[in-house]
Amino acid sequence: MNTIKMKKLIIEIIATLLALALFGVPFYFVVVNSGKDAAAAARMTLSFPETTQYLDNFRQVITASNSMLIRAFFNSFIISAATIIVLIVIASSAGFVLGRRKGKAVNIISFLVLAGLMVPPAIVPTIWLLRTLGLYKSLTGLILVEAAIMFPFTLLLYRGYVTTIPRELDEASLIDGTGPVKMFSLVIFPLLKPVSVTVTIINAITIFNDFVHPLYFLPGAKNATVQLTLYNFMSTFSTKWNLLYADVLIISIPPLIFFILFNSKIVSGMVAGAVKG
Amino acid sequence: MSKSVQSLYTYTFLLPAGVIYALFFLAPTFLSFFYSLTIWTLSEWRFTGLDNFAIFLSEPSLVIGFRNTLVYATVSASLKVVLGFLLAAFLTSELRTKGFLRSLIYFPNIVSTIAVGIMFSSFLHPSKGIVNVLLALIGIDGPDWLGNPSIALLSVALVDVWKGVGIAMVIFIAGIQAIDRQYYEAARIDGASSFDALRHITLPLSRSSMNTVIMLAFIGGLRSFDLIWVMTKGGPGFTTDLVASIIYKQFQGGFYGIATAGNVILFLIVSAFAIPLYRIITKKEVDL
Amino acid sequence: MKRTVLIALAFVLIAMVAVQAAGKSEGSGDASDPSQQQKIVWLHFANDVQQKGLDAVVEAFEAQHGIDVEIEFRPGGPEGENLVKTRIAANDMPDVLSYNSGSLFQVLNLEKNFVDLSNEPLADRLLESFKATVTDGKGGVYGVPYQPIPAGGIIYNKRVYEELGLSIPLTWAQFIRNSEIIKAAGLVPVIASYKDDWTAQLLILADYFNVEASNPDFAEQYTANEAKFADTPAALRGFEKIQEVYEKGLINKEPMATTYDNAMEMVALGQGVHYPMATWVLAGINEKFPEYIDDIGFFALPGDSADKNGATLWMPNNISIAKTTKNLEAAKLFVDFVVSDEGLAALMSAGAPDGTFAVKGAKLPDTVFPAVKDVLRYVDEDRTAAALEFLSPIKGPNLPQICVQAGLSLKTPLECALEYDRDVEKQAKQLMLPGW
Repeated sequence: MNTIKMKKLIIEIIATLLALALFGVPFYFVVVNSGKDAAAAARMTLSFPETTQYLDNFRQVITASNSMLIRAFFNSFIISAATIIVLIVIASSAGFVLGRRKGKAVNIISFLVLAGLMVPPAIVPTIWLLRTLGLYKSLTGLILVEAAIMFPFTLLLYRGYVTTIPRELDEASLIDGTGPVKMFSLVIFPLLKPVSVTVTIINAITIFNDFVHPLYFLPGAKNATVQLTLYNFMSTFSTKWNLLYADVLIISIPPLIFFILFNSKIVSGMVAGAVKG
Repeated sequence: MSKSVQSLYTYTFLLPAGVIYALFFLAPTFLSFFYSLTIWTLSEWRFTGLDNFAIFLSEPSLVIGFRNTLVYATVSASLKVVLGFLLAAFLTSELRTKGFLRSLIYFPNIVSTIAVGIMFSSFLHPSKGIVNVLLALIGIDGPDWLGNPSIALLSVALVDVWKGVGIAMVIFIAGIQAIDRQYYEAARIDGASSFDALRHITLPLSRSSMNTVIMLAFIGGLRSFDLIWVMTKGGPGFTTDLVASIIYKQFQGGFYGIATAGNVILFLIVSAFAIPLYRIITKKEVDL
Repeated sequence: MKRTVLIALAFVLIAMVAVQAAGKSEGSGDASDPSQQQKIVWLHFANDVQQKGLDAVVEAFEAQHGIDVEIEFRPGGPEGENLVKTRIAANDMPDVLSYNSGSLFQVLNLEKNFVDLSNEPLADRLLESFKATVTDGKGGVYGVPYQPIPAGGIIYNKRVYEELGLSIPLTWAQFIRNSEIIKAAGLVPVIASYKDDWTAQLLILADYFNVEASNPDFAEQYTANEAKFADTPAALRGFEKIQEVYEKGLINKEPMATTYDNAMEMVALGQGVHYPMATWVLAGINEKFPEYIDDIGFFALPGDSADKNGATLWMPNNISIAKTTKNLEAAKLFVDFVVSDEGLAALMSAGAPDGTFAVKGAKLPDTVFPAVKDVLRYVDEDRTAAALEFLSPIKGPNLPQICVQAGLSLKTPLECALEYDRDVEKQAKQLMLPGW
């Protein structure tokens, strides 16, 4: 029995060390190298910085190109927050109806929505449409596109949860003479809070980290998002790896905070979404 | 159910969602079928029939994208499935550090793809990157992971696995935890080894998580763009171009018609795999 | 009732979109109060190597005319080109714009979108070869140069050349011989920085002097779909040269991990001796390794005959005035100032230029880099040709990747040339050129 325990312990230690090497070292590398000077960082070693200059590097990254990064953070926060609000409003109400109703119309709608989960968005026609509406290169335009793209996934989360809410509640409010809007917003929506939390967390991280859609729909320096800024810094800082790593570090902080605060919720939400989806 | 309760579920609730989704997702998708048949400058178009598709299917620099996309999606999805399953099986056993390990392995998921691409571009540097420095310690002369045309695509696919294996693992964990413990008890009484249990109980009963992971990973792989773009830009030459990166390059070059044709092709490829998978999902929902 | 509320909500949403749309097109003009100081907006490349000089030009202009110039930066490359095209289409242009001269500029529908400067006095001061790159072909002149003229060829390390007793090669065979000697000395003969794939094109682009020397009408025939890279031996030579330096082991190790910045360091320190590049690299070398800039020289990319040896010139970027400007007079004053003696003096106040100017009578200071003096010799002896992209509107967008294929010998030069010809065909069709 004891030898089995020992064996288990050894396996566990090896596994932990292996996981640390594979998944921990890369982040450790970024952390130590973002505090070095350009020459030391260019050597790409795992050694601790001899002279740390974190603050100086961060300052350089933040002030680069007319403090583009600050503007980018602002834009990314606005885009993430606004998209989430739009998504919660449209997906919770749609999820409620689709979770309650049955029939051919619901099936067709479900098919169209599921298709959106898999099929890639048609890029150039979307740009053409945004341009026609005067929304190309505007935050509003990107927010609406992001909302449309994230809608299927969000809807499925809501719809799945709605089916677990007893219909008796609806019937009760019908007897009270409450109309649909009031009933939904006062009775059902508060019950959907766990999904709304999940939706917020997952969409916040996805949209904050999104690179492709801002690249296509929000070009131009003024509108940069954090991921676009990081991408552009790759050429600006092509020999200054220390600043590039510092930038990686800075823009990974918001998701990191989210991760620390909501670790278990993110994971369970992802699973719920994935399994249902 | 009474008719009046139905009236509470008014389709009006679908209107805001419908407007946004139809306008910003469905309409462009339908438009793409038309514009893929044109030479298009955004302000004017000229109908050219199937020329754009012919270009896509004949130019070596574009054809390579199909092969690469399938290879990339298959490699990254199958590794995510296998490794994700093994990790999940391991991290559902009794371990002191399992909570920590799960978080650690999941963490790359919440770091942006661009950041991951930058990190691994430096790790894979042929002479200075830590991967080859470590290989040199044990006497192996490591290749130029991203510069050697025969392995660059696989290198990026492996990075994709590194970033995405956590989500596969988490889905498998959820599936495994839902398995009734009694099966394992019974197996142990029958004297089955833990490997037997893994093979004959865990694996078959994780079917539905398996389907989910395969679908997510494979379709994600087919659509993949950002990692390859940050790490190789499709190079050397065109050897790591994916359909999605080709679409972007055509877009950059101002070939809007060809870019849109690429979009339609990607749409068809994804649908070819997604429709069977859609059946699986709807069937599963009936089960629930 | 409730239903109406919801429908109303949906309409509010749509209205929001519409308002945003309307606001966008309305707000595109200059909203500044006319009683305020006059201001022009200049849409310009980010990370311009001579930004300091341009800032000095702006400052001198503001001091002289009391007009503010606000610089708005945009990315370069296809991304920036798209941005400009989009803004033209959206009627959202700034007052003045910097852009690449030649074919890229000429596809922008100059007559419709930009102000013709051919009747302005400044037009007489511009070199004819430059005007040819900013004209619509009907005699209009739509831009003024704000940069020195870059030359493409071989940037090389003079110190190593002296140490090894080498002389400037006048033929490609001599170039290869020199390279073998350099290799034997343990140095990198030819620097390949294919991680930045655009740099792989230089052996083709800078070879155009040699193409034109043997096929004087190539540009014209090429534009008219009568000549191809694959069936013009002189044009095919470029792809062959890229492959040859690889096949003979004359390039550095790790070409796919070597960047433009790495290459500057290699040639400055003499670790690498030849870098196929244009003189715009000099400012960067001077910034990073000022102590080595005097070691750096330039010679033309040699062809196959020593009698015909010359440099390929790029035409400088230009500044143009958008037709939609509401500050036409101020904008004209500005472009005039850029090519005036005061403007050029301000530009050069930030450092010696890395080439001569496309402005008649412009005087260069004696402090120009030695490599620039090398270029001036070709210009003075009239041994120059304009690069193909200034003579023809078609340049295939995939040339960088195709050159990397040749440069790593992934495909034969002929395959690369055929592939590039197809790429060009696509571009020509997109531009709806006659004859394609």
